[in-house]
Amino acid sequence: MTEAGTVKGQEFWRWQEYHRIMPKKWTNKDLITAGVDVGSVGSKAAIMVNGEAYSWGITRTGSNSPESATKALSYALEGTGLKASDIKYIVGTGYGRVNVPMANKAITEIACHAKGANYIWGPTVRTVLDVGGQDIKAIRIDETGRVTSFLMNDKCAAGTGRGMEVFADLLQIPIEDIGGISLKVEKEPEPVSCTCVAFAKTEAMGLLRKGWTKEKVLAAYTRAMAVRMANLINRVGLEKELVVTGGQSKNIGIVSRIEVILGVKCLPMPNWRDEGSLDPMVAGALGAALFAKALYEKAQKA
Amino acid sequence: MITHYGYIDGSGEYYIVVDSDKCSGCGKCVQICPQKAVLLETEFIDLEDKTVAAIAEEHRKKIRYTCGTCKPEQNQTPCVLACDSKAIKCIWNPK
Repeated sequence: MTEAGTVKGQEFWRWQEYHRIMPKKWTNKDLITAGVDVGSVGSKAAIMVNGEAYSWGITRTGSNSPESATKALSYALEGTGLKASDIKYIVGTGYGRVNVPMANKAITEIACHAKGANYIWGPTVRTVLDVGGQDIKAIRIDETGRVTSFLMNDKCAAGTGRGMEVFADLLQIPIEDIGGISLKVEKEPEPVSCTCVAFAKTEAMGLLRKGWTKEKVLAAYTRAMAVRMANLINRVGLEKELVVTGGQSKNIGIVSRIEVILGVKCLPMPNWRDEGSLDPMVAGALGAALFAKALYEKAQKA
Repeated sequence: MITHYGYIDGSGEYYIVVDSDKCSGCGKCVQICPQKAVLLETEFIDLEDKTVAAIAEEHRKKIRYTCGTCKPEQNQTPCVLACDSKAIKCIWNPK
């Protein structure tokens, strides 16, 4: 076992689960709310104190949605001193939102991602591209984070996070390095003609056999994915500012290619590795926690 | 909120588009749809639950076939014509 990438039996698709606590304190007077976003690949939970992001946890979704939701929430609570019973209101969202057992309400991930993107980047965001594990969503929002128009492509997994995981495994490159490596080409190759996840191996092996480097194969595949995403954005109508959420927001190869194809710059991606920085992968859970706060306050007034 | 139900794939693009801000939830489109593909759904908007028209989940990924018999390319489907508030339209561009 020497450097990463040479470990026998390494699972290259396996991305890092982690949790984060922001450097601030809570008291018993504060309103604690939570959002739990059970996606097809990742389960995210975010805790908010008076509508400010306080802690979150990101875990892989298992075969059991209620369990994944519970796991993500306990992960977000870990080390905060908070108990599940301190949370006044919980909103469940994402693909598995109806299976979030502790949720007071389920809200679609479209509304939550919009709200979360507005929270992370502020009121100038108008277009949100959410690239999840098995679908892609293009969402138009107003300055308050309200959805004005959206469309989703969940008919096919090509160009999704899961597609990238399959490719990481095929080329034996750790998933977190894939974006950077895909940019290490002198000249951008033509996009692959077939982005199908089921045929990914055939496609990649064919190109490798032709003598293409891993970098070039990855560039061609990433390019094709970015084209699909750009098409979706164009259908919903691109208006600046543009941001990317979901797991693939961390893929610099995807984000930079979308920028080139559309001819616009995305708002800067916060680097989730930095202390005190938000993670665009948690946008849905953050949005859900904000709705939780609003719904709790509404119920109190009534 | 404008929701696009459908997809783009190798054969073209196919969407039934519902504007829930315009939709009154009257259900005329639900009644008239020969494929029973339209239903009323609860949508969470501006912190309220609103009842609006939507395409049933099981038809969303095969909408080209479900709605293809209703002349969507002319935007003259029964659901579009039945809607008093003009909340439904078709985007239909086969290659």
